[in-house]
Amino acid sequence: MQRFDELDQASLKSDIPAFRAGDTVKVHVKVVEGTRSRIQVFQGVVIRRHGGGVAETFTVRKVSFGVGVERTFPVHTPIVDKIEVVTRGDVRRAKLYYLRDLRGKAAKIKEKRETPAAK
Amino acid sequence: MNATKTQKGILGTKLGMTQVWDENNKLVPVTVIQAGPCVVTQVRSDEADGYVAVQLGFGAIDPRKVTKPLTGHFEKAGVTPRRHLVELRTADAAEYAVGQELGADTFESGQQVDVTGTTKGKGFAGVMKRHGFAGVSSSHGSHRNHRKPGSIGGCATPGRVFKGMRMAGRMGGVRQTTQNLTIHAVDADKSLLLVKGAVPGPRGGLVLVRTAAKGA
Repeated sequence: MQRFDELDQASLKSDIPAFRAGDTVKVHVKVVEGTRSRIQVFQGVVIRRHGGGVAETFTVRKVSFGVGVERTFPVHTPIVDKIEVVTRGDVRRAKLYYLRDLRGKAAKIKEKRETPAAK
Repeated sequence: MNATKTQKGILGTKLGMTQVWDENNKLVPVTVIQAGPCVVTQVRSDEADGYVAVQLGFGAIDPRKVTKPLTGHFEKAGVTPRRHLVELRTADAAEYAVGQELGADTFESGQQVDVTGTTKGKGFAGVMKRHGFAGVSSSHGSHRNHRKPGSIGGCATPGRVFKGMRMAGRMGGVRQTTQNLTIHAVDADKSLLLVKGAVPGPRGGLVLVRTAAKGA
């Protein structure tokens, strides 16, 4: 599928910060209401990154009023204005589905201790 | 066949599928088709042939591999030999000139088209895959007949199986037309057509894009 890479390239965004499963992110989503459009922030834990290229998606999970909410965004979608990484999580899995079964303190992800700058 | 409609058409290669976002930020699945360049090799006219059509050639081929009769045909048109030839019946055939080149700009975005191709071969397929039969229950006493067709007809009357009974067999590898697809975008520089949805055939397969036969 390398034959139309250029075509895909046009849809790819270059300003995506590096983030992975376990990181807490703020996703700034453009919401269109009638004619007005505003920015809504969806903050939560990234529980997966899936796919590659223009079709890559990520899923953010948060617990809102005791109810788990998950939203899946294409990484390169134009409706996402900005992705902000709040914290880096220290996790051993690429897919954090186990968080769905955990509540409260058990569902907390350890923050990654920044490794000192490479020698 | 009478009153041939005016239609446009072009041959191309299916490159594969991808996705793009439209102006409303909706995700659109598209098939990328490398359309053309096609060349008009002959114009059929009512006087000479009894019908009106244009003959299009597409694809490079080693001239040594072309038969002598075809070589003569291409020579007459004054073009290098092409791998594929197709005739497109259109009322405005007289407006085409032999040797004229057609590119992706034959079509414009938003147009409805029919795309013809040869489907992927599936080999010898059972009735569930080939004809969408329901199969037999997975339990309730079923024994080793889960994907079988069941009955294929009566007993002594008619005493035979009717012709055309749908059974297992070779599936795919046949010509198929997908109708009323929308052209999402045209890239004339790279001669690409972005068609919304899937089209028949494997990547690299030959496809014929035509103006939709149905619809406005």
